[in-house]
Amino acid sequence: MNNALDFRFKMSLGTFTLNTCGEIPIAGVTALFGRSGCGKTSLLRCIAGLEQAGEAYLSLAGECWHDSERGFYLPPHKRDIGYVFQEGQLFPHLKVSGNLLFGFKRTPVEQRHGDFDQVVKLLDIIPLLDRYPAQLSGGEKQRVAIGRALLNHPRLLLMDEPMAALDRGHKKEILPYLERLHTESNIPIIYVSHDLDEVARIADHLLLIEHGEVLAAGPLSEMLARVDLPIARNEEAGALFDTQILQHDETYHLTRVGFAGNELTVSWIDLPVGERVRIRIHAKDVSLTLDPPGPTSILNVLPVTVIEMSAHGRGRMIVKLDLGGVPLLARITQKSQANLDLKPGMQVYAQIKSVALSL
Amino acid sequence: MMGPDDLSALWVTLRLAMISTLLLLMVGIPLAWWLARSKSRIRTLVETLIALPLVLPPTVLGFYLLIALSPSGFIGGFWQAMGGKGLAFTFTGLVIGSVLYSMPFVVQPLQNAFAAIDRRTLEAAATLRASPLNCFFTVVLPLARPGLITASTLGFAHTLGEFGVVLMIGGNIPGETQVLSIAIYDHVESLAYGQAHLLSAGLLLFSFLILYLVYRMNGTHFLHREQR
Repeated sequence: MNNALDFRFKMSLGTFTLNTCGEIPIAGVTALFGRSGCGKTSLLRCIAGLEQAGEAYLSLAGECWHDSERGFYLPPHKRDIGYVFQEGQLFPHLKVSGNLLFGFKRTPVEQRHGDFDQVVKLLDIIPLLDRYPAQLSGGEKQRVAIGRALLNHPRLLLMDEPMAALDRGHKKEILPYLERLHTESNIPIIYVSHDLDEVARIADHLLLIEHGEVLAAGPLSEMLARVDLPIARNEEAGALFDTQILQHDETYHLTRVGFAGNELTVSWIDLPVGERVRIRIHAKDVSLTLDPPGPTSILNVLPVTVIEMSAHGRGRMIVKLDLGGVPLLARITQKSQANLDLKPGMQVYAQIKSVALSL
Repeated sequence: MMGPDDLSALWVTLRLAMISTLLLLMVGIPLAWWLARSKSRIRTLVETLIALPLVLPPTVLGFYLLIALSPSGFIGGFWQAMGGKGLAFTFTGLVIGSVLYSMPFVVQPLQNAFAAIDRRTLEAAATLRASPLNCFFTVVLPLARPGLITASTLGFAHTLGEFGVVLMIGGNIPGETQVLSIAIYDHVESLAYGQAHLLSAGLLLFSFLILYLVYRMNGTHFLHREQR
């Protein structure tokens, strides 16, 4: 049996055409990433059954949900999904508790798993249970919406930019919950987003959508390390590293992490030694030198090999480097590339100005 | 004091208003939902037909209804073929007339209330295992509550105050078709101002009270309850 969500959708929405096909692993978090208007939300709506494409095929682990050739279409209320809308879409006439139980009550008893208390605790919504949606902040609404979707006992959780309508502060408030969801529940999640940092923090797998088509798909770390994709042009482009905490330096408030035979010094991470952390090094924070630099304020200087380079307009380029078997990206100017005479295969030194913590 | 005729007119009026409102809601709710959601071409045609009683003199509607309800008419003939008695100048005929005449007062507030419900709220219900019918009863109707209250009140109050159509198709048979508005007219004609006053003031007070109560209820609706 195929353990994936297989899909093929073809439909036109005004001047826009969605023409996608592919598969999504039914495990972890898969991000549907692309610019606004690229069709990622339409794809998600097709998966939920909220949109009915003219030509469509969809099956979850071999179970068919939609097959236009056979004239078969399972309406959304019969699909085992949870859907989190951009703006929550809580029912204004029900209290938070009523909202949370809406799908729960309608789930056949034998299909129910996980319990109310656990979800309410995971999302810290106990104090909100007696309130009406109109009395909640944006972030609280979104937490309730996530809880409501989880309590629908989904086999697949679909999230349409659940943080897009939130301001920065509220985003910060929601992200930890999403990360907890990722680590504490084993419900596969499909997550639509146009924010690369957000995706890097929570996704395992990435589908890059452009002009209504799936441009590329693969594990997140591979996709983020590719220089041939439009992602590399993103201001937030950068490689991802799964590291382990090696030691803490309390004097300077620093932490040493290791991955694939390399070590990095980063700002204090409040986790015990041995814990795994996902870190991201933005391409814009990496510079290159030919010789090992003398005394410098930069803590992380690592020997790397140039793998490939890709120019992308306005005099800038992205360089893919090999760091003991794992890829690292650096963004430099074309003039610097000419000055250093960079070529694939060259040994250089990467200076890493800062490291972003991802998980 | 109220005479026996006045009391029976009051009873006929209340009965007419209640039965008509009930029927109006039964017909109006599905109709308004369809009008609020449909993209069909005949939607505009149906909207226009429903709104006609708003602009037509009640006598025009009453005149055509009288013809339709007569034994040789479209509705009356059908009714008699189904084994019913005549419709013109009967209470049943009045109910049919009132339902048609008050239709826009019920359908329009409902249609507005339904149209104001966000499509995505309904989608959310669908992703939470609610079938379209279940969603209608557990999400749409509760959300349309202010519209429902307004529609019922207007339907009821409008039927209560109806005169022209009743006069045309119901006549003035005490205990059967004589309603308050016509009884008042009768009293004025016979210069019995005291009784006219009694009924008029009663109707005025009653109408004021229900409208006031409705506005108060809608004013304290959950959507406006935003204390924190």
